[in-house]
Amino acid sequence: MSTPKPRVKLPKSAAKDEIITIKTLISHDMESGQRKDKDGNAIPRKILNTFTCEFNGQAVFSCNMEPAISANPYFEFNARVPESGTFKFSWVDDDGTVITHEQDIEVK
Amino acid sequence: ATALPFGMPAFASEEDTQKHIMEFTGGKTPEAGKITLDAPEIAENGNTVPIGVTVDSPMTADSYVESVILLADGNPSPGVATFNFTPMSGTAAATTRMRLAKTQNVVAVAKMNDGSVFMDQKQIKVTIGGCGG
Repeated sequence: MSTPKPRVKLPKSAAKDEIITIKTLISHDMESGQRKDKDGNAIPRKILNTFTCEFNGQAVFSCNMEPAISANPYFEFNARVPESGTFKFSWVDDDGTVITHEQDIEVK
Repeated sequence: ATALPFGMPAFASEEDTQKHIMEFTGGKTPEAGKITLDAPEIAENGNTVPIGVTVDSPMTADSYVESVILLADGNPSPGVATFNFTPMSGTAAATTRMRLAKTQNVVAVAKMNDGSVFMDQKQIKVTIGGCGG
């Protein structure tokens, strides 16, 4: 599987200290470790286990995921925007791969 | 634990879920209130069930929600997710999508920065299970 491309939706601008809604979606099978292949062998677990969102280096929201999270993990959460800056999102795979995405927001 | 027939996946239990709650709260019994679990009563597809939580909190540096744990007592393992909030979150609310193997109770427990804990739960009826196999 090629590196999944995350999709992030957040406003381009906000008022100072406005609370915005952020939506994220990333393609990933989230193989739970519970399934078996056609020969009856267990398919090993391989999921994204951690999601984090930071704003200008400060923690905003994070999530520890278990295999009970659906394929193509989706999150919707809020963030306070104190100043113009950059949101940084990252997803950590069981195999150690880290997928990151950055998006700027301007305070008017 | 009870013996299971071969070939049957083992499911979590209410007891298991209680153990996870106590681990999360540090032994405190959560009170009702403050946290609202938002999920459908009937999920047609157990592979992707929307689930959201909202906690009543000012989310300031002095008073905020540290984390919320989501548990499902009828899955192979009760853990679903842990949301970690900060005062930068603005509001303590988040939504995701989860897998449910069968009809079961979903529990959400919130831990505040002062150590107090609150809980909400809901039964979700599942028409088609979400564990494949």
